[in-house]
Amino acid sequence: MADSSLAVEHQEGLDHQFVDREQQRNAASLGMWVFLGTEVMFFGGMFCAYLIYRYWYYNEFAAGSRSLDIVLGTTNTAVLICSSLTVALGVRAAQMGKRRLLLLLLLATLVFGLGFLVIKGVEWHDKYVEHHIPGPSFNAEELIRKNPELHIDPAPTQIYFSLYFAMTGLHALHMVVGVGIFCFLTYYAWKGRYTPEYHTPVEIGGLYWHFVDIIWIYLFPLLYLIDRKR
Amino acid sequence: MASTAIPVEREHYLNTDYGIRSWLFTTDHKRIALLYLVTITVFFFIGGFFALLIRLELLTPAGDLVLADTYNKLFTMHGQVMIFFFLIPSIPAVLGNFLVPMMVGAKDLAFPRINLLSWYLLVAAGIVMLHTIITGGVDSGWTFYTPFSTAFSNTKVIEAGLAIFIAGFSSILTGLNFVVTIHRMRAPGLTWSRLPLFIWAHYATSIIQLLGTPVLAITLLLVVFERAFHLGIFDPTRGGDPLLFQHLFWFYSHPAVYIMILPAMGVVAEIIPCFSRKRIFGYSAVAMSSIAIAVFGFLVWAHHMFVAGISLYSAMIFSILSYLVAVPSAIKVFNWTATMYKGSIHFDTPMLYAMGFIGLFTMGGLTGLFLAALGIDVHVTDTYFVIAHFHYIMVGGAVMGYLGGLHFWWPKISGRLYPEWLGKFAALTVFLGFNLTFFPQFILGYLGMPRRYWEYPPEFQVLNVLSTAGSTILAVGYVLPMIYFLWSMRYGKIADANPWGAAGLEWKTASPPPTDNFREIPEVSWEAYNYDEIPAPAEVPVGR
Repeated sequence: MADSSLAVEHQEGLDHQFVDREQQRNAASLGMWVFLGTEVMFFGGMFCAYLIYRYWYYNEFAAGSRSLDIVLGTTNTAVLICSSLTVALGVRAAQMGKRRLLLLLLLATLVFGLGFLVIKGVEWHDKYVEHHIPGPSFNAEELIRKNPELHIDPAPTQIYFSLYFAMTGLHALHMVVGVGIFCFLTYYAWKGRYTPEYHTPVEIGGLYWHFVDIIWIYLFPLLYLIDRKR
Repeated sequence: MASTAIPVEREHYLNTDYGIRSWLFTTDHKRIALLYLVTITVFFFIGGFFALLIRLELLTPAGDLVLADTYNKLFTMHGQVMIFFFLIPSIPAVLGNFLVPMMVGAKDLAFPRINLLSWYLLVAAGIVMLHTIITGGVDSGWTFYTPFSTAFSNTKVIEAGLAIFIAGFSSILTGLNFVVTIHRMRAPGLTWSRLPLFIWAHYATSIIQLLGTPVLAITLLLVVFERAFHLGIFDPTRGGDPLLFQHLFWFYSHPAVYIMILPAMGVVAEIIPCFSRKRIFGYSAVAMSSIAIAVFGFLVWAHHMFVAGISLYSAMIFSILSYLVAVPSAIKVFNWTATMYKGSIHFDTPMLYAMGFIGLFTMGGLTGLFLAALGIDVHVTDTYFVIAHFHYIMVGGAVMGYLGGLHFWWPKISGRLYPEWLGKFAALTVFLGFNLTFFPQFILGYLGMPRRYWEYPPEFQVLNVLSTAGSTILAVGYVLPMIYFLWSMRYGKIADANPWGAAGLEWKTASPPPTDNFREIPEVSWEAYNYDEIPAPAEVPVGR
């Protein structure tokens, strides 16, 4: 902006509306926590719908859940937990000013994140092949054949898969946003912008990443582990 | 502090830079507030245009002006435009944006670029909404009830849903900015108990925006998914529950009423002490009642669903909880009244709006109690009684508060005074036009005229003609301020830093304020509304 050239840059990375770095860091951190609060409400709407429909259509949900690939789902859970570890270590590396280590950990996070998305894509493709995508082409015959003891009604099985795609889809969208944020962080880490004094973006980016991870930690048992005890 | 004579060349936020880029890329909260002002004024007149067409159609019992389908689209888009593109952003995004940083003694909001982003999001949403309107419109009602919106309507539900989804993001980001600013950016000495009540009201509003709007976002997104990708979450043919949609929708959309009315209450709480020359009566009660309204507001949503098939027990509980909201609302009204008691009252334009607010809000609130009572609600559900009730809150309350605030802070925003006699005339016009428009609708509704129909039995015509006549008067009352505000920007008398003799940090800096708001960050050592220490302006500023 034209008028910013007049402002005196007294501290690197300190915006003009803040008195000092600490105020800026506190504001950024509170802002991200509040934003994550809104995200809880956003996913909360779907969890609420899940709760009601699972109570109403338990057998249909169980049949749908059994049709998911538990190996891929578990692998993905492990991948995400590993990515959260690299993020946590990355924040520590940023605090200690270890630029190379930070860069390495951010890149590892990106690899894990992209790996998660690829595996998720494979799972969705399987559902497409099995005609488990809600809509006119949906086919519940296989679910009925494989789970004769559940006596399922084909119509509400679509609700399970509707929730499955809405919840994992929106979670994956958050992952895509997270990967974008971490590309940005990696770029600036490579440029050496983050120092022990100023690394707020790594911290609040990490908060976001952990949050998206936690959502998955809830999605995995709710979607994959219904009545698997056979 | 406040200089007596203002040098002509003094630099302030309006003249630091010129040109379209200096506005479109600004991060100054005051300039962004003006961007919002222009944007929502455009949408206000679009929504008002739909309202006038609705009233013209209802001038005669026969459906003769527009087709029935067109009428459905008119009331749908009137609601969507007015609620999501005018009322929700109105006071927070314009007055709140302008005043919150100044009232807390900060140079700007905590996240100025996010603030600009939220304006761009509203504009993007507005463009999508305008595209929806121009290319055929939407007829689901502003409530998007399923399964009509998902399975039967053949209008642009997806587009309208996405427009409101994006507008919701704008609203969330504004609320987030306010919460962080109020928590982290207060000037030294400005404790929570010294904050202006405008700030308390905006804090409560932001909480609702942050907790409610995401639920609306996911609900509308699921409707969009259902139409676009055949998901079946609300589809009864696949076992889905339309009532679930209504629960999720009203979980946001009832508190949304408080997003509209709480900021207006904050405005009134600033105006009343200033023009009564008294400290507000019961400061902490008024502040806490804002928080109480925000909390209770989340516990009453199912009173919109009394006849939708919810169980009698949950209906009774929601009925009782709805009564609870009346308590903090009444605390506010009584405290404002007590503030005026034995005050030295000046009937300037902002005060006229504030007093209009108290009267109209009280009527709207009391008829809300009628509707919270199960027996009466069954009788008047989906009638004009409901229409009249929520227009008394949203138009009689929120819009009166918005206009009152705009008049009160206009000298600060523009550095100029508007013509006082025209202001008073417009305020009275709005008050009269409003009551003529909406009071007959209470009677119509009680007599049984249903909402959302384009024709009606001939015996209802007299009251409908009164209502339509009132709406044209109301329109005049709304156009007038726009004209004289624009006029005053060039020809109005120059305002000094504090033309009303008001308390509050925003009056301690120049009008219009410099880009950084204050020469140096103020240190606060006094309580809010210390009117016993502030002399009334020797010469009452305008027109007299």
